Amino acid sequence: MGTQEWTWITVGLTFAAYLYIGYRSRVQTTEGFYVAGHGVPAIANGAATAADWMSAASFISMAGLIAFLGFDGSVYLMGWTGGYVLLALLLAPFLRKFGQYTVPDFVAERYDSQVARLVAAVAAIFVSFTYVAGQMGGVGVAFSRFLQVPFELGVGIGMVIVAFFAVLGGMKGITYTQVAQYCVLIFAYTVPAIAIAFALFGNPVPQGAIGEAIPLLNQLQTDLGLDPYTSPFANNDLLNVFCITFTLMVGTAGLPHVIVRFYTVKTVRDARWSAFWALLFIALLYTTAPALAAFAKTYLLQQFTELGPEGFLELPWVQSWAETGLIDTAAIANAGSDVTAFLNTINRDIIVLATPEIAGLGPFIVALVAAGGLAAALSTASGLLLVISSSLAHDIYGKLINPAASDAQRLRVGRAMILLAVILAGILGIYPLGFVAEVVAFAFGLAAASFFPVIVLGIFWKRATKQGAIWGMVVGLTFTFIMIVGMRAHVVAPGTFVEPIIESFFGIKAQGIGIVGMLLNFALMIAVSLATKPPPERIQQLVEQIRYPRVMSEDELADSK
Amino acid sequence: MARMTKEAYWRRQIRRIAILLTVWAVVAFGMAIFGAPFLNGFEVGGVPFGFWMAQQGSIFVFVSLIWIYAYFSDKADEEAGLTETPETTSASGEEH
Repeated sequence: MGTQEWTWITVGLTFAAYLYIGYRSRVQTTEGFYVAGHGVPAIANGAATAADWMSAASFISMAGLIAFLGFDGSVYLMGWTGGYVLLALLLAPFLRKFGQYTVPDFVAERYDSQVARLVAAVAAIFVSFTYVAGQMGGVGVAFSRFLQVPFELGVGIGMVIVAFFAVLGGMKGITYTQVAQYCVLIFAYTVPAIAIAFALFGNPVPQGAIGEAIPLLNQLQTDLGLDPYTSPFANNDLLNVFCITFTLMVGTAGLPHVIVRFYTVKTVRDARWSAFWALLFIALLYTTAPALAAFAKTYLLQQFTELGPEGFLELPWVQSWAETGLIDTAAIANAGSDVTAFLNTINRDIIVLATPEIAGLGPFIVALVAAGGLAAALSTASGLLLVISSSLAHDIYGKLINPAASDAQRLRVGRAMILLAVILAGILGIYPLGFVAEVVAFAFGLAAASFFPVIVLGIFWKRATKQGAIWGMVVGLTFTFIMIVGMRAHVVAPGTFVEPIIESFFGIKAQGIGIVGMLLNFALMIAVSLATKPPPERIQQLVEQIRYPRVMSEDELADSK
Repeated sequence: MARMTKEAYWRRQIRRIAILLTVWAVVAFGMAIFGAPFLNGFEVGGVPFGFWMAQQGSIFVFVSLIWIYAYFSDKADEEAGLTETPETTSASGEEH
């Protein structure tokens, strides 16, 4: 049996499993729909969070990106893991204690303001939409690449699958499907990495074999006249490496689809532990990716040095991937012995996709990588779609438009909204808008500049007021939005602008600007809060209550005066 | 047994968070970014140390920090009598 057949089998089996799990976890109440009835065990929530978190981009593109960026690829590795420390220490347990459905719920309740709810809900929808469009596109790419299905049909199949378990099961269906998707994706990622570590360096632990790859790789790069792989700041300056890492970390902690995962566990204690499990599960992939990156780069440069461009083109895996267009054989022949030109011809995604073949693994494992990439894209998409649906159905419809709605009505609207969101996301995946390419800068920058300061000060500072929160969010969001659009105008609207409107903000580029927006939000929130009346007694009690894991009686809380 | 007051509990939690976040910042920014060119002068198992911290070590440290936080917070909850029971766990949509 060939790769194609195996791919149909693995994708078919995993999809059938997701549908079955989705059907088994269908729910009848809004509590089940939005927060899985607060009944998810800590480890399961950890795995679901990890699957939610690791997108098609983490799975397929990240190792390749790091291979080509070298040291500077660390911004993604640290940015997308370090944020969990902020999340675990500053947000997760306290939001679980607060215990409602959505991030705008917390903002509205803590700041006693429906205006704040609306701002937060709109921000949550915008952030999630920019992010989800890329995921649906990723599903289409995976289908067309592995199964030679037309791109649009691939997106369509993905939409049907996600719609099925998300509409029926809401958060509960999504959570348990994500647990299965995590298992598929981590297996599909680590098996080829272990195989290639063993094949090239005789060490089956990728995180250990990196010690053998790096000296070799630095030597190869130096011999070919490139900067050593491990040299910092070759592709980006110190200031931007710092700002991007920081923005990605804070953005991670402020992304609503990650935060709401911590509402689904049973207790505050479980919220802390599920943050630990989540990062541990993420770390399995995130420490493997840089190892894989180093192995692949070493291998590529070794083959190039030993065989030259002609010999390289005759390698069997190169020929099989040349058929898909990911390896441009004509460009490689043209590049001749110029190593920089040679590296530029190679599509970054090839690093993960071709690893099984380079390591000499059979078609079954190649097929598994396809299933893994699809699992990563679908799990992230479903988490984001739930946030969009809950912001629309719970925050905007249930709390602002029709507060008298019954539970059954809210549930119906919730299901309808998730279906609508799936369709919109699919359309955006097929006809991407210019800004979708900038999704990372947008989603993380905006999350960092809006939610993070408002939630952190809301938890840790009783004096933070409604006016402070609204001003902080609005200005933080507006500043970050304008800066990103200005700096990326030529990408966002290529027809209208040839050049960026703003070059940089004191040297900080679009990807790292979120951190400035965050500081602005913090500063403004503190200043405005101090200039306005302290929040009412009731709110101060709520903040006090959130500090302690178990529910405190009013008498116990009153003791503190 | 003299229980920790809830004020003492909260002060302890704040101190724990502050210490762990200091370690977080020193590792992520101090060692793996600003200090990386300097630390690359040292090697750990064949890998320049600054690079290793940026792409491997820092992630191990992050996981450990959350473990320490969760483990010691559980202990503090118990000492202060603040551990949840099924009756005292906050529920969704509940008015506080």
